[in-house]
Amino acid sequence: MPDSRRPVWWAALGGLLALALGTASVVAQSAQETAREIERYREAVADSSPGELWEARGEDLWKMPRGPRNVSLERCDLGQGPGVVAGALARLPRWFADADRVMDLETRLLHCMVTLQGLDPAVLRRQPFGNGEQRSDFEALSAWIAAQSRGMTLAPPLDHPAERAAWRLGRELFFVRGGTHDFACTTCHAQSGRRIRLQELPNLSRPEEARRVLGTWPAYRVSQGEMRTLQWRMNDCFRQQRFPDLVFGSEVSVALVSYLLHNASGAALAAPGVRR
Amino acid sequence: MADPMRIRARIEGDQCVVRVLIGHEMETGQRRDATGRLVPAWFIQRVTATTGGRVVFSASWGPAVSKNPVIQFSYAGAKVGDRIQVTWVDTRGDRRTDEAVVSA
Ligand code: HEC
Repeated sequence: MPDSRRPVWWAALGGLLALALGTASVVAQSAQETAREIERYREAVADSSPGELWEARGEDLWKMPRGPRNVSLERCDLGQGPGVVAGALARLPRWFADADRVMDLETRLLHCMVTLQGLDPAVLRRQPFGNGEQRSDFEALSAWIAAQSRGMTLAPPLDHPAERAAWRLGRELFFVRGGTHDFACTTCHAQSGRRIRLQELPNLSRPEEARRVLGTWPAYRVSQGEMRTLQWRMNDCFRQQRFPDLVFGSEVSVALVSYLLHNASGAALAAPGVRR
Repeated sequence: MADPMRIRARIEGDQCVVRVLIGHEMETGQRRDATGRLVPAWFIQRVTATTGGRVVFSASWGPAVSKNPVIQFSYAGAKVGDRIQVTWVDTRGDRRTDEAVVSA
C-alpha cells in the first residue's frame, strides 16, 4: 500500500534536507571566512598595496609625451579644467561639451588620448584591460587619477539633460532581462546578503550598499593581480550575464556606470581599493 | 623592464622597519593560458637588502609567493639618512635594484 510507505519517504527527504542545510551552512561559514581573510589582507597592505605600482605608472603615463603628436595628457580636461586631476573622479561621469556626450573616467581618457595625442581609438580599444605583461594604460591612469580624489565625496552631476538621460538608461539596463539565461543585473545584484559560491553580491540598487563598494573602484583585484576599472567590471558582469561583448566606453557602459555611481552618491572615495 | 620597487624604511623604536612592494608576475609554471598551454615558470628566486655593505635581509623564494609581492622586515642599528638597497633576481636571470633612504 502506497500510504504506509509515505513516512519512509518523508524521513528520507528530511535526511536529504538536513544534509543540504548542513552543506549550506558550511559554505556560508567559509564565505564569511573568505571575507574576513580579504579584510585582513586589505589591512595588511593598506599602506603598501600593489595598486601603488599602477598609480606610479599612471602618473608617468599622464606626464609622458606620447602618440603621433608627441604630447602628454597634461592638457586633458577631466571636467575640472585642463590638467586638473584632483577631485576629478568625484564629479564623473558628466557631460562634456567638446564631445557632446556623457563620459566616465576611462571613456574620457580614451577621448583625450585620441584628440590630444592622436592615438588610434581602434588600437586603444583592443587593449582596455591588462593581462600580465600586456598592460593597460587605462588601468594605470585610472588608478593614479582616482588616488587624487581620495577622501573626497562622490557627487556626480545630474544637471545636464544628457546626464539625466544616461542615468535613466542605466537604470533601465540594470533591470532589463535577456540573453540565453534571461538574466538581468538584478538577478544577481538586487537582494542583500546573497553570494555566488564564496563571493558576496552587493545589492547595488540600495544606496547604502552601493556606497560601501563603489567608492573603492578602480580596485586592485588580488585573484588576478591586476588593477581593474569599472569598465572592466561592467564588461565582466555582461559576460556573466551572457550578454554580448560590452564595447569599452560605449553609451551602454557609461549609462550603467552612471546609474551605479549615482546610487553611490555621497560615498567617501577610497580608490584604488582592493577586491578578492 | 621591471617596474621600480616601492621601498619604505622607517625608524620605529630601536628598529628600522622596511616595507618593499615588488612588481612581478611570479608565474608558478602550473597555470594554463586561454589556449590551454602551460605558462612557463618565472618567479623571483632571491631577495637581498643591504645597507652600508651589510646584508640585513635575504630570502630564497619559490613559486608559492604571490604576484606583486609585499615584504616587511626590520633590523637594528639603523639611523635616519642611511641608504638601503634591495635587489631581486628571478628565474630568467633578470634583476633589479632600488634604493631608499631611512626616515624617522
Ligand atoms: C550572473 C550573476 C551576475 C550578473 C547577472 C551581474 N553580475 Fe555583477 N557581479 C557578479 C559577481 C559574482 C560579482 C563579484 C565578482 C567578484 O568580485 O568575484 C559582481 C560584481 C559586481 C560589481 C562590483 C561589486 C563590488 O564588490 O565592488 C558591480 C558594480 C557589478 N557587479 C555590477 C553589475 C551590473 C551593472 C550588472 C548588469 C549589467 C551585473 N553586475 C550583472 C555577478 C553578476
